[in-house]
Amino acid sequence: VKRNLIVAACTLGGLIPLFLYPTSHNVSTVNTKLGASAGYGAGSTAGTGSSAAGSSTVTGDPVDTRWGTVQVQITVANKKIIGAQAIQYPDGNRRDQDINSYALPILSQEAVAASSAKIDAVSGATVTSDGYIQSLQSAVDKANL
Amino acid sequence: MQPTDLPTFAAEPPSGPVQFQPRAWVEQIMGMPVSIHVRGPGVRDEHSPEFALVTGAVERAFAGLRAVDARFSTYRADSELCRVQRGEIPPERESEEMLEVRALCQDAEQRTGNWFSTEDPAGRFDPTGLVKGWAVEACALGLSQELNPDDDSASGFDVMVNAGGDIAVRSVRVDTPDWVIGIENPADRSQLLATVPLRTGGVATSGSAARGAHIWNPHNRRETPAYWHAVTVIGPNLTWADVFATAAYAREGDAVDWLAEIPEHVALLVDRDGRTTSTEGPAHGWDPGNSQVPGRHC
Repeated sequence: VKRNLIVAACTLGGLIPLFLYPTSHNVSTVNTKLGASAGYGAGSTAGTGSSAAGSSTVTGDPVDTRWGTVQVQITVANKKIIGAQAIQYPDGNRRDQDINSYALPILSQEAVAASSAKIDAVSGATVTSDGYIQSLQSAVDKANL
Repeated sequence: MQPTDLPTFAAEPPSGPVQFQPRAWVEQIMGMPVSIHVRGPGVRDEHSPEFALVTGAVERAFAGLRAVDARFSTYRADSELCRVQRGEIPPERESEEMLEVRALCQDAEQRTGNWFSTEDPAGRFDPTGLVKGWAVEACALGLSQELNPDDDSASGFDVMVNAGGDIAVRSVRVDTPDWVIGIENPADRSQLLATVPLRTGGVATSGSAARGAHIWNPHNRRETPAYWHAVTVIGPNLTWADVFATAAYAREGDAVDWLAEIPEHVALLVDRDGRTTSTEGPAHGWDPGNSQVPGRHC
């Protein structure tokens, strides 16, 4: 069990952001920042554990995040995480507003063929009505009409 | 622009959980296609009560844009703007919208060191460069507010408005993915230079599809060759992203340094030789305690 706990502790830091921001493309950036500022990780997570038949649960330290305090509990069996849940969670409404407030975006500067990209909108120099007919935006619009 | 040079795209049909799939409406307003996308309960079911609600709100949003066009058009001799330009309306009789736009224009000139200009070559007041972004921002905000009176993230609607390549998004749900905005390569419209995930904010691109285009330089009051092929600015709201993109496009090489000093905005610039440069914004990224929207006009 002790060895399981170490494995679990290493993983806790990585899990917390997943609870926080499950829908965002910004997730990797957010993870890095949270990890650095909150100072948790393999070395600093002093979890408390308990074990049931064949599995054990580990509770991480409460972590202050941008959205409030978060505490995560995971269940481990055979060195694998079989369950995870947030047992302390930021106030719901405040969190919703924060998620949807403007956040400085990270440009993914990778040239891609427009036809292969999964995008919702195209920004470019003013599109005229003629240009629009064969534009990608037109195709995206049509798919959602 | 030669439409025949462009490839024809086929977008994937919508997939995934139903609340992630937007419904799109498109109308031609101000001489350009305006797309409104809404995602939320019932938008893909034409028999749902929500669908009727959303359709009505979208129609009002389009009507609002048409009303702005009627008031600010420089192509309609009877528009309020044309009458203002001809000196037929004394300042105290101008509409609230005209006064609001005048104030924003002053603010914009100040914040761009007059690189954003609302004087036309004849020296008359011409806010055309600001009105579009302002109108589209107000359209997205108004639609979002009408559809989400209770500010309920569980049953609410996310909206996106794209007017000829200038985009405003407003999200309230927490179970939807970010809107993904592609930034077009000005030299090859079949390519995207970058993609941007966004839940709330504006994306504006200034530029010309034609290389070697000339632009009006408000400082020397001349038509000069454009230094940039395209400038895209992303920020908390479209009004200001658009103003900053226009001002940067008019500047030369120092546009990058100038844009980098503007908090909460990110820019991607393409020069005439096709080289791209981006600003990274403040090194600390976003700061939750400092998310004031600059110049919010509502």
